[in-house]
Amino acid sequence: MVAPFESAVEIPAEAFPPEAAVHAVNPWVALAYLIAGICFILALRGLSSPATSRSGNRYGMAGMLIAVVTTLVTHEIASLPEILAAIAIGGAIGFVIARRIAMTAMPQLVAAFHSLVGLAAVLVAVAAFLNPDAFGILGADGNILTVSRVEMALGAAIGAITFSGSVIAFAKLNGNMSGSPILLPGRHLINLGTLAAILAMTAGFALSAHAGPGEHPIFWVLLAASFAIGFLLIIPIGGADMPVVVSMLNSYSGWAAAAMGFTLHNTAMIVTGALVGSSGAILSYIMCRAMNRSFLSVIAGGFGAQGGGGDAGEARTERPWKRGSAEDAAFLLKEAGQVIIIPGYGMAVAQAQHVLREMGDLLKEHGVTVKYAIHPVAGRMPGHMNVLLAEANVPYDEVFELEDINSEFAQTDVAFIIGANDVVNPAARNDRSSPIYGMPVFDVEKAKTIFFIKRSMGGVGYAGVDNDVFYMDQTMMLLGDAKKVVEEIVKAL
Amino acid sequence: MDFISILSIFVLACFVGYYVVWSVTPALHTPLMAVTNAISSVIIVGALIAAAAAGSPGAKWLGLLAVVLASVNIFGGFAVTERMLAMYKKKERK
Repeated sequence: MVAPFESAVEIPAEAFPPEAAVHAVNPWVALAYLIAGICFILALRGLSSPATSRSGNRYGMAGMLIAVVTTLVTHEIASLPEILAAIAIGGAIGFVIARRIAMTAMPQLVAAFHSLVGLAAVLVAVAAFLNPDAFGILGADGNILTVSRVEMALGAAIGAITFSGSVIAFAKLNGNMSGSPILLPGRHLINLGTLAAILAMTAGFALSAHAGPGEHPIFWVLLAASFAIGFLLIIPIGGADMPVVVSMLNSYSGWAAAAMGFTLHNTAMIVTGALVGSSGAILSYIMCRAMNRSFLSVIAGGFGAQGGGGDAGEARTERPWKRGSAEDAAFLLKEAGQVIIIPGYGMAVAQAQHVLREMGDLLKEHGVTVKYAIHPVAGRMPGHMNVLLAEANVPYDEVFELEDINSEFAQTDVAFIIGANDVVNPAARNDRSSPIYGMPVFDVEKAKTIFFIKRSMGGVGYAGVDNDVFYMDQTMMLLGDAKKVVEEIVKAL
Repeated sequence: MDFISILSIFVLACFVGYYVVWSVTPALHTPLMAVTNAISSVIIVGALIAAAAAGSPGAKWLGLLAVVLASVNIFGGFAVTERMLAMYKKKERK
C-alpha cells in the first residue's frame, strides 16, 4: 500500500483520487517520462549509421529536456534559484570540458563522466534515505517501504562501485597511475567476501524493523563497502583491458540509474537505465570476443602482469630483422596498388592521425587505393581509432572492420602497421601456447610488403608476446616515434 | 504503478536496448559510450526531486550536488558526442 503523500503535482488530475502520489502518477506526467524514454531509444537507434547519428543525438537532448522540465513543473520546488544555479554551474563545466578535450583523451573523459553518474546515483540514494517522504517511499509505519529499501541499497551500491571503479580507470587511462595490474594476495577471496557482505547488508537493511528516514546505520557501512569493492575490482586490471572495464562501468552506471528509477517509479529512468546497461554489457562482450577471452578472466585481472614474454623474449634478440628507411617506405608505398593502414594505440599516443591522413592523401594522388583497417580492441576504448581517424578527416567509408577487410590482404601490396602489435600477431592463429591464441587478428603476412612502425625492437605488445611478423622476409621495421616516421615518409613522397 | 508493471517496463526496455545496441555500427562505439553516458544522467530527475523538497536540509544539499554532477554529464556528454559525430564525414566525390 502506498503511503499518502503531499502531492505537488500541478497538472490537473481531477480523475484521480486526492492522495495521488508519485506512485499513482498523473497520466500526463507518466506519458511525458515515457516520451523521454522513447527519445533515448531513438538517440541510440540513430547511431546505426554516421548519417543519422546527429539527429539521434538531438533526440537524446530533447528526451533529457522533457524529463527535467516534467520533473520541475510537477514538483513543488522550495529552492528554484539554487537548482537553476546548480544546473548552470554543472552545465558550464561540462560544456567547457567537452569543447576543450583532445580526442586522444576521450577514454579518460568517458571514465571521468561515468564516475560522476555513479556519484550522482549515490547522492540521490542517500537523499532518498534521509528524506524518503520527498520520494513518496515512506510507509505508514514510519519506515521506508521494504521494496524501496532494496532498490535504494542496490542503487547506492552500484553507484558507489561505478564511482570508485571509474576513478581508478580514469587514473590508469590518464597516466596518474601505472597501467600495470596491481595484484593483492587473496584478492579473489577479498572481492567475493565484500560482494557477499554487500548483498547480506542489503537483505539486513530490507528486513530491519527500524528503517525510518536516515535511521539504519547499516546503509552507511554498505555504502563504504561498495566504494571499496569498486576500487578493489579495477586495480588488478591492466591498461589495455581498459576497453572492457570502461564498457563495464558504462553498463553499471546504467543499472544504477535503473535501480533509482525503480525507487522513483520513473519510466524515463528505468528505460534509460536498461538501455545504457545493455549497451555497456554488449560492448564489454564485443571487446572480450575480439580478444578471445572470457569476461570473467578480464575482470579477474592480472593479464600481462608477468610481462617479458619468457622464452619468446630470449629468442627475440637472436632472430634477424630488417630495418627500413622512410625513403624506402615512401618509394614502395608510391608504387603500390593498394595500401591497408592498421592503426593501434601507439598512433593515439604519438598523435599521428593527422600526418597519417596527409600520407594517405598523397598516396591517393599517386593513384594508390588507401584503406584503414580497425581491430575492435585497438586503442583504449571501443571505437577509439575510428574517432581519431574521423578527427583527422579520414572519410568513414575508407575505414573497415576486421571481418570486412581481412580477406583483402592477399591482394594488398603494403600493410602499414602503425602503433598496433597484438592485433597482427599470427601466433593468435598458430601457436596454441600463446596467451593471445584464438584472438581474431589481421592476416597481414599475406600482403606483399609489411611496414611496421614501432618505437623500438625491445618492446612487446600488451600481451607480452613476441611477434613473428617482425622477422618475416617481406617486413621492414620503421623504428621511431610514429608521428616522426610518418612525417619523414610524407616528406619523401 | 505496482512493482510488476515497472519490472515489465524494465525487462522490455532491456530487450529494446539489446537489439538497438547491436545495430550500432562499430565505428560509432565511442560516441555510443559518450551518449549513453549523457542519457544515464537522467538520474538528475531523482536529484531534482531531492533538491526541490523541503524538510531535510541534508537531503536538499546532496540533491543539489547531484544536480551539479548530473548537469556536467548531460551538457558535457551531449556536447562531446555532437563534436565527435560532426567529424564523421563521407568521402567527397569530385
